[in-house]
Amino acid sequence: MPTPAPLIEMRGITKSFGAVKANEAVDLSVAPGEILGLLGENGAGKTTLMNVLFGAYAPDAGEILIQGQPVRITSSADALAAGIGMVHQHFHLAPRLTVLENLLIGIPGKSGRIDRAGGLARLAEIGRQHGLTLDPDLPVSTLSVGEQQRLEIVKALFRGAKLLILDEPTAVLAPSEVDGLFSALRSMAAQGLGIIFISHKLNEVRALTHRCTVLRHGRVAGRVDDPANTTSAAMAQLMCGHEIVPPARGPSTPGEAVLTLDAISTSTHSGTALRDVSLAVRSGEILGIAGVSGNGQRALAEVISGVRAPDAGRMTIAGQTVSRFSPREVQALGLGRIPEDRMTTGLVTNLPLADSMVLPRIGTAAFSSKGLLKPDAIRTFAEEQIKAYDIRCPGPMTRAGALSGGNLQKALLARELAFDPKVLIVSQPTRGLDIGAARFIHEKFLDMRAKGCGIIVIGEDLEELLVLCDRIAVMYEGRIAGTLDSADATIARLGLLMTGAEGHG
Amino acid sequence: MSAVLEQIFQVGFLAAIIRIATPLAFATLGEMFSERAGVLNLGIEGIMLLCAMTGFTATSLSGSLWLGVLVAVLTGMLMGALHALFTVALGLSQHVCGIGVTLFSSGLAYFLYRLIFGQQSVPPAIKGFQTLPIPVLSDIPVLGPAVFNQFALVYMVIIAIPLAAFVLYRTPWGLSVRMVGENPRAADSAGVSVIATRFQAVILGGALMGLAGAFLSMAQFNAFTFGVVSGRGWVAIALVVFGRWDPWRSAGAALLFAFVDALQLRMQASGLGHIPYEAFLMLPFIFTIVAMAVMSRNAVAPSALLKPFRREER
Repeated sequence: MPTPAPLIEMRGITKSFGAVKANEAVDLSVAPGEILGLLGENGAGKTTLMNVLFGAYAPDAGEILIQGQPVRITSSADALAAGIGMVHQHFHLAPRLTVLENLLIGIPGKSGRIDRAGGLARLAEIGRQHGLTLDPDLPVSTLSVGEQQRLEIVKALFRGAKLLILDEPTAVLAPSEVDGLFSALRSMAAQGLGIIFISHKLNEVRALTHRCTVLRHGRVAGRVDDPANTTSAAMAQLMCGHEIVPPARGPSTPGEAVLTLDAISTSTHSGTALRDVSLAVRSGEILGIAGVSGNGQRALAEVISGVRAPDAGRMTIAGQTVSRFSPREVQALGLGRIPEDRMTTGLVTNLPLADSMVLPRIGTAAFSSKGLLKPDAIRTFAEEQIKAYDIRCPGPMTRAGALSGGNLQKALLARELAFDPKVLIVSQPTRGLDIGAARFIHEKFLDMRAKGCGIIVIGEDLEELLVLCDRIAVMYEGRIAGTLDSADATIARLGLLMTGAEGHG
Repeated sequence: MSAVLEQIFQVGFLAAIIRIATPLAFATLGEMFSERAGVLNLGIEGIMLLCAMTGFTATSLSGSLWLGVLVAVLTGMLMGALHALFTVALGLSQHVCGIGVTLFSSGLAYFLYRLIFGQQSVPPAIKGFQTLPIPVLSDIPVLGPAVFNQFALVYMVIIAIPLAAFVLYRTPWGLSVRMVGENPRAADSAGVSVIATRFQAVILGGALMGLAGAFLSMAQFNAFTFGVVSGRGWVAIALVVFGRWDPWRSAGAALLFAFVDALQLRMQASGLGHIPYEAFLMLPFIFTIVAMAVMSRNAVAPSALLKPFRREER
């Protein structure tokens, strides 16, 4: 495409936090009508760079030019005034307020009152231009995640953004919603907006962006001028600095069933209930659970982990029937669990990492005796795991919340695998992790599989499930809609099951 | 029983409800503004006491009732600013600072009162607000004498309730208040100053608490005593929850509490003398506890209530 004068240009941006250089001499530019991919592993400096652009951080050196004019951006208000809008990974919305109220926040009113009519007109206009329609009077809490993201985009356009920054926008979307987002973004670019698309899903970057800037360790590692015709492997290599080979899942010889669910149903008390769910995982097998989120995956994970007792049905672990459904019981029977939300149910963010790493087994003889903790044993255990799993942290007494997502996930994995579980249940194992960390987690799963562990992976990333799993079961409205051998499974077939299109099998 | 029921429909009874509800409604609206912006103000009890004292003193020394009201309002704003300084600017615990503000304000009120008036056998009194009948409206049967033959401050609260609802729901500033109480980060990224908005809301809340205090010492009792507030501030905090952080519902909650309070006063006075009067005194508070237990099950507080905002944290 032709290259008109850049809409925005960042020159030589450097930003340090203490001794750490988060950004060093980074140059970046976006032309009107251009979608720029910003790639990089976690900690590569993408978010810092965008926070500099959005006014949250002041750069130590470098300048920002908008349409050739140098500007100083010291607050988000400055950024908005300069025509920069940002859709954060965690939405900045007030759930109890309506769509329109969330749009009108910070907008001066008309003779002292909120300008409702003006707001409605502007919302309708944006809806017409880009196909982004929203009901203005619904409370945000009633919107789906995809709609909330649409609202964030509309919010930026509402304020007259000429440049839109999206921080990992597809991480929260179902495959069908991603298509809608992409067509809206293409429409905006076609009308002259500049877009910065942050992601580490390479296939999406290749499908959407016109150009890419790749960051590594805070510096520009390279640029890709034609992402559509560049291989994912080449881009991954730019991001990591070395070649990435997808893990090879060799043939396995599944043994006996280590976990069985027989006609499990739960009440509708919170979230989607399970309805008559039967499944079995054999040793040396990885079973994937696919499905659009909110179709009973959480209830399934809770039942298997012993957090929630089913109303009907039977569950066995390693041949033993689970009777009481307590986390301690299923754990004693040989179940390991890595929950979906690392920060809230995974570990205790304000306690030292070592404490979180022994928490599920704090009462066992290994870590306590006669009701007293064995601090040395706990510390030694944590130190061993930190070394074995290459968990990057200052030490076992570091506050767990200070670790990055990838290192937290490694810590949780270490905690479970140290006790050789017969069955492992994992939800969203690599959400928010970069390629290197995800690769490490996948390899560990395959190691465990080779050792005869049965693994259940609940996930929304179908490509990941296809690479990792021997069989994939699809959940739809609390039922198992179908189970496919991964040799027969394709994204299209899984996608069909996910929408409930195929019969209950 | 019919004698008790008859009294309910007496004009005097209705007027008493309105009078009891007035300071509660001011205080509840004040607390509501503060909490909608995400700041719990447990200083309310002490702030009301101090404002009752400063308002009374100003009137007593100057002879001007409205100057007293102004001083009470300014005192409330000052104490609101103090609470905001600790909890908003410095981000300290709202519980601890609120109790601190209450202890400090109460102590200061006692101290200044003693300093100014000394220890007198008969507490000094002022000629407080007189009822101000509104022409025409006060002639409406039953409702007229009860509602439209009241103190000026009562009329102020009647205007303050719809005004508060208008400000909160219809003005950009009110939207900012609600937004910083729900998701301050969203407000910040929209270019709204979270710190300034919270300061303004807490100070406005303090001003309304000042009016509540002024009403007690300058219209209801016409004197300042150490027990002049006697838990009305705490009740207001409960009423905000009961009223689900909404001006209309909060005012309704104040009215309901006032009804029970007025009822127990009448019951004390009526023919149920064989029951100790303390039993009746408990009634409004039992009502509050029951109402809270029932209502707070569904009540959803502003999401960011109690949470200090620091921009660099994510």
